[in-house]
Amino acid sequence: MQRFAALLDNLLLTPSRNGKLELIAEYLRETPDPDRGWALAALTSAVDFPAIKAGTVRGLMASRIDPVLWTLSRDFVGDTAETASLLWPEPEPVPLEPPPTLGEVVTALSQTTRASAPLVLASLLDRLDTPGRYALIKFATGALRIGISARLAKVAFAQAFAVAVDAVEEYWHGQEPPYSHLFAWAAGTAPPPRTDLLPLFRPFMLAHPLEDETISLAEYVAEWKWDGIRVQLVHVGGETRVYSRGGDEISASFPEIAGALHIPAVLDGELLLRGSAQGAEAGGAASFNALQQRLGRKSVSKAMLAEAPAFVRLYDLLILNGEDLREQPWSQRRARLEALIPQLDPVRFDLSQTIAAKDMDALAEIRASARDAAIEGVMLKHRQSPYVAGRRAGLWYKWKREPLLIDCVLMYAQRGSGKRSSFYSDFTFGCWNGDPDAGAELLPVGKAYFGFTDEELRFLDRHVRQHTVAKYGPVRETDRSLVFEVAFDSVHLSKRHKSGLAMRFPRIHRIRQDKPAHEADQLETLRALVT
Amino acid sequence: MASCFTWIKAEPLGIRIVPADAWIDPARPAPRALVTHGHADHARGGHGQTVATSETLAIMAVRYGVADGAVAARYHEPIAIGGGVTATFLPAGHVLGSAQVLLEHAGERVIVTGDYKRSPDPTCPPFTVTSCDLFITEATFGLPVFRHPPIGDEIAKLLGAREANPDRCVLVGAYALGKAQRIIAELRAAGWQEPIYLHGAMEAMCRLYESLGVPLGDLRSVAGVPKAALAGGIVICPPSALNDRWSRRLPDPLTAMASGWMRVRQRVRQRGVELPLVISDHADWSELTSTIADVNPGETWITHGREDALLRWCELHQRKARALALTGYEDEDD
Repeated sequence: MQRFAALLDNLLLTPSRNGKLELIAEYLRETPDPDRGWALAALTSAVDFPAIKAGTVRGLMASRIDPVLWTLSRDFVGDTAETASLLWPEPEPVPLEPPPTLGEVVTALSQTTRASAPLVLASLLDRLDTPGRYALIKFATGALRIGISARLAKVAFAQAFAVAVDAVEEYWHGQEPPYSHLFAWAAGTAPPPRTDLLPLFRPFMLAHPLEDETISLAEYVAEWKWDGIRVQLVHVGGETRVYSRGGDEISASFPEIAGALHIPAVLDGELLLRGSAQGAEAGGAASFNALQQRLGRKSVSKAMLAEAPAFVRLYDLLILNGEDLREQPWSQRRARLEALIPQLDPVRFDLSQTIAAKDMDALAEIRASARDAAIEGVMLKHRQSPYVAGRRAGLWYKWKREPLLIDCVLMYAQRGSGKRSSFYSDFTFGCWNGDPDAGAELLPVGKAYFGFTDEELRFLDRHVRQHTVAKYGPVRETDRSLVFEVAFDSVHLSKRHKSGLAMRFPRIHRIRQDKPAHEADQLETLRALVT
Repeated sequence: MASCFTWIKAEPLGIRIVPADAWIDPARPAPRALVTHGHADHARGGHGQTVATSETLAIMAVRYGVADGAVAARYHEPIAIGGGVTATFLPAGHVLGSAQVLLEHAGERVIVTGDYKRSPDPTCPPFTVTSCDLFITEATFGLPVFRHPPIGDEIAKLLGAREANPDRCVLVGAYALGKAQRIIAELRAAGWQEPIYLHGAMEAMCRLYESLGVPLGDLRSVAGVPKAALAGGIVICPPSALNDRWSRRLPDPLTAMASGWMRVRQRVRQRGVELPLVISDHADWSELTSTIADVNPGETWITHGREDALLRWCELHQRKARALALTGYEDEDD
């Protein structure tokens, strides 16, 4: 428990992602089973003791400290677990038992009932110091809230034992805390856990951006890159699950897809909605914006299902009837996928078509002419490529459309965090809502915090400090004198912004010191690019 | 006892001693002021006459220039301040020169603590417990969550962080009067004899401490020192400079903040520091409550800070108490 407490405190004090990874990895390497497994479970929100709630802690404290002093303290500290850890009276005499391990804590807490929970918790608290008490309460109530994602914990696990994070992702599912099999596999003392009988997520194969590489279309096949949600469909034992890029299950948001696959298979594709923004040839697809409204829903109304039905445009076939095809070259997997298509419901599934082009110049022309909302660009896949997790050099490339550009005026800046904590590095910029010479105003259209070099950042930081007209906490308002050329992938109508527009992936492309602010673009220009 | 202490008035701008026409730590210029210590929220310039310890007067002279009408008080020596009131300055243990003021009039004894602490501090004499009828206490850390650990533990953390990061320097944010010198003196006591580097705003006060007999060892200005020479070193700056552009001249500084508020994680997170050091020159909850018990006054008044909880404690312990609403005291960096 002491080590876990130190880990939590060090994570809080370490702003950088790499620093956090190193802390977790070191903890996982140096802590014995089952403690490290329980810590990992806590970091990935997989711990739950039903008998212990935040109310249990409050009730316990009410028996130890005056309620007025508790409330005053809790209001100041802002966190029940921390307040309790600070106010817990040091036991007298000092208990003879040493601080409990995480494993002991789990054994003790999992046997509690609502009635016995306060006593058990109290006897554990008596054996711990202040940070230990904080960690115990956080652990027991299952609400760590320390800004560590499950993904970060898995990356740290991979880093700790020098195994591939994709393998960790794959084997993780189906394992229960304290994950002793997973640790044994990572240490090389046990075979990997079996995954073929469970509807598990397999890590996606991803693409590198195409930059200066010379590509021959004899070796690579071209395919549209659709702008929807990349999904994996897994059907095992009569059950279908839909997974998103991060491995989150999104079946409930898209029940029509989950209910449409009946063949034991693992498929890779793009989830799209049928809609008015028509796709080139293979059936219509609505823009990404329409999809956003479906994401995150726990249930979907009949009206939504009828108005914007979802379908999956299939890219790849990973597993079919228990046969793992991932080692086979793309061309063979593609042939198997094409053969499978007739057995699938045509309302819910279609095939992502390849693009016929004689060379890259011809392909560039086709790519440029496809200003379609549902197309992000072109994929280039090596015909011999196996299906491997993550990004591998030389196998798959994404060749996005040229970004759109617009000139905006810097309006607000905010300090960054970590290494950038002394720099103003988050920029909000706007366009004119009419003719600036006729009294038009700037309205914010987006926010960006990358795209510039370190040297440009120093310039921007200086500019912000010298041109501040107002301060709002960490935010400074500038005198609206600096023009940015902002690059972005697309722009959509949005009710959340005063300008009514929202950009995708805006970044600072160039700083236009040469351009006066009144020559920046007007909203009309941006609105004309809406897809 | 219904009408006692009528000669002492708690007013928004400070505590007024009516028969002497004098104020303690007034927030505005007053004809006669008794100043408990040199922090800016207690010691302001422009008074007609200032009564304070000679150390506090020297600190005020550095900050505001030499004032006319300064009267130096020696600890434990009563001074007649007019109207039949005598004032005795007693050590408060807060910073160099800090004092409690014992006021005697009409057979009543009143102590105004100013800011104080009970834990040891090599840069100033310790708080003396003195009996009185009315005890007017501060309450900056007046919540039971505040328990300051022994300073040796925190100094060990600082030295440990330095040793674990030989390519970086440890940058400690500390209040320029008192906190900075106490940390330097404690570092020396813990065996750190290397030069300690100072932000410009720290230098004058450190020199003054040394001239008043508090040895601080080898102190150097950080200005002009090449980055590489600061690796593995300790630099002390005001809290406001921690995340300022000024710190870019340092080699990847590991930021530490020395403050009683660092006991609470949310405050640590707001500061954005890597190394919180729970070091305060104020009494923590157990010192505040045990001091009231030790002094055992007939009545307690609570000035600035979190008076609600201390008032509640007095109520729970059947002690007569009231909270005063005084303005102008700042405590964010302590």
